[in-house]
Amino acid sequence: MAGLPRDRWLHPAQIGSRRMTDPVDVLIIGAGASGAAVAWSLADTRMRILCLEQGDWIRPTDYPSNGRDWEARQFGDFATSPNRRARPADYPVNDANSPIKVLNFNAVGGSTILYTGHFPRLHPSDFKVRTLDGVADDWPIDYATLEPYFAGNDRMVGVSGLTGDPGFPPRHPQMPPLPLGRSGTAFAGAMNRLGWHWWPSDTALATTDYEGRAPCINLGHCTHGCAQGAKASADITYWPAALRAGVELRPNCRVREIATDAAGMATGAVYYDAEGTECFQPAHIVVLACNGVGTPRILLNSASGRFPDGLANSSGLVGRNLMFHPFAQAYGFAAEELDGYRGSPLSLWSKEFYETDPARGFLRGYTLQFLRGSGVVSEAVASTEEGRLPWGEDHHRIFRERLFNRRLRIAAVCEDLPEEHNRVTLDPVLKDAHGIPAPRIDYALSGNSIRMMEHGVARAAEILREAGATDIGTLTPTPNSGWHLLGTARMGTDPERSVVNEWGRSHDVRNLFIVDGSIFVTSGGVNPTSTIQALALYVADQMKQRLATLFD
Amino acid sequence: MSNTTTAPPPAWGDPRLSAAEARSLAALCARMIPASAAHGVPGADDPLIQADIARSLGRDAQAVHDTLALLERIAGGGFAGLAAARQDAACATLRAEGGTGLTVLGRIVLQCYYRDDRVMLSLGMEPRPPFPKGHALPQGDWSLLDPVRARGRIWRDAPGGG
Repeated sequence: MAGLPRDRWLHPAQIGSRRMTDPVDVLIIGAGASGAAVAWSLADTRMRILCLEQGDWIRPTDYPSNGRDWEARQFGDFATSPNRRARPADYPVNDANSPIKVLNFNAVGGSTILYTGHFPRLHPSDFKVRTLDGVADDWPIDYATLEPYFAGNDRMVGVSGLTGDPGFPPRHPQMPPLPLGRSGTAFAGAMNRLGWHWWPSDTALATTDYEGRAPCINLGHCTHGCAQGAKASADITYWPAALRAGVELRPNCRVREIATDAAGMATGAVYYDAEGTECFQPAHIVVLACNGVGTPRILLNSASGRFPDGLANSSGLVGRNLMFHPFAQAYGFAAEELDGYRGSPLSLWSKEFYETDPARGFLRGYTLQFLRGSGVVSEAVASTEEGRLPWGEDHHRIFRERLFNRRLRIAAVCEDLPEEHNRVTLDPVLKDAHGIPAPRIDYALSGNSIRMMEHGVARAAEILREAGATDIGTLTPTPNSGWHLLGTARMGTDPERSVVNEWGRSHDVRNLFIVDGSIFVTSGGVNPTSTIQALALYVADQMKQRLATLFD
Repeated sequence: MSNTTTAPPPAWGDPRLSAAEARSLAALCARMIPASAAHGVPGADDPLIQADIARSLGRDAQAVHDTLALLERIAGGGFAGLAAARQDAACATLRAEGGTGLTVLGRIVLQCYYRDDRVMLSLGMEPRPPFPKGHALPQGDWSLLDPVRARGRIWRDAPGGG
């Protein structure tokens, strides 16, 4: 890159006895949804780009749906909790002081390996909550700014859905929606009788052949990896294209900290390679893409004399404003067998309660997600834990007559407003396998979130009853639902109130960028992957437009 | 290529059951899910299912050891040899006192029971993994969306628009 002082690559004091690797122009940390997107987008600059990923490639033949133990493995090596899963690539998370537990997956593709492919965008109103509703803060960008990147991301990912949704601005999914099925038909009838909005959800599951991916064949186990390859995990969407374009991806490399020089610029990262050797990777530009827990963890662990409170943390906001999406659900049981273990669990949504209505007693809103069923083991386990499935002689009759393939679930995915006391810090005791401090989560649900969840489960129960379901139960919040890790390095124009600027560059370290869910200002009430990737593409585009003056 | 752990960490516990533990577990499983001639299914104490359970303790081995030890304490020893009524009484106490360990043990039993060929066939399922055959689902009637379309736009505009 023209204009970059090459002497910043070599700082003997920082290198020490570490293995030194060749310098690169751009170092991306994390190969998940956002890291993959930013790597692909930056590749056309012809800069030397390297991505370090703590996990490995996962072969489709390793996914649980290949085997008879497909349901059991969701409690084992494909568990959603890193603490339970405990693969070598995982780091522990101390989330004891949080009613919502952190979920993730560490591999090439990141947590898109272990997501359901539900692919909504944030709504226009989500970017302007202060202006519209007087809460939290507006984003420094808006929906219109991101719209081209949403559309471009949809093309890379391949989205199924249906045009014309009155609950959202116009967009054009590439493929037809997932089947409505028996469960969807039951939901649809109930929603029509209630007069409430519903629509087939945008889904990152191919329903036709798409860019070398085979169409969905209703395996029914999307979340834990798609053996068919229909699900758009980043390892099979962005990464093949990025690698063809010359990006280098180095798996099994865990970054410990980002190094800086006397001028306060990032010089690269210290990491452990696959053999556990400590290495230093010099770089002109460092891009963090490690999610809303992993990114503040690295920043806080990069404290130095110049940055005593952690890197890029002059605002004191690194790690603060952690947002999940409080996930509340109601479930019931139909009189007849429905889709059960067949088909993507998630294919319909409702935006009926998305926008603020002060009469409801809370601000902002939620998406309703309709879940078509569950596997036979999952049903037996859940029903046993709920006290519905007895031991003894009656076990078989009750399972067959009341439970098997009969469960319908509706979840309210609630907007979580930012609060500074909800935060990620470094645990003083717990460490990962490399001795790096683990993240500690301190999080409490707000009164607004609790009222929103109560409203959501009440409406969900109403829908279930309208659909003919009985024996209604609720779960508020769902403990293992911390998929969406947002807000811990928020973007903004004011360096005292944000960590990165309106195009993703750290206010404090001018060659450090963040592109993952950390930079969300507010959470919206939708799954964030589509918006995370659109933001990563937007930040990459901003970098490309400013290459000559990137550090000014 | 993937990072599947090959050697269980010590915290998972010994993945092997002793002969006494295996007897207790089989007897407990028989109380949990007995065989049913009416439904044509084995009980969870069936030898094939027991072998599957014994192979599947994995991350939960220690919880299973602890729960079986608790069961023996409750039963005063020799749970497998007790009369049915006394086994039922011990099970009732175990359900009251077993906590997370019993939940974990119960999950392992269920995950092995409901993947047994005979049980899956009795439920009308094909005894196979989801991939590669997949499943058929009815596409459904998308004209059900007509009332939603007729109602019109409900999304909220904002500065910067959509």
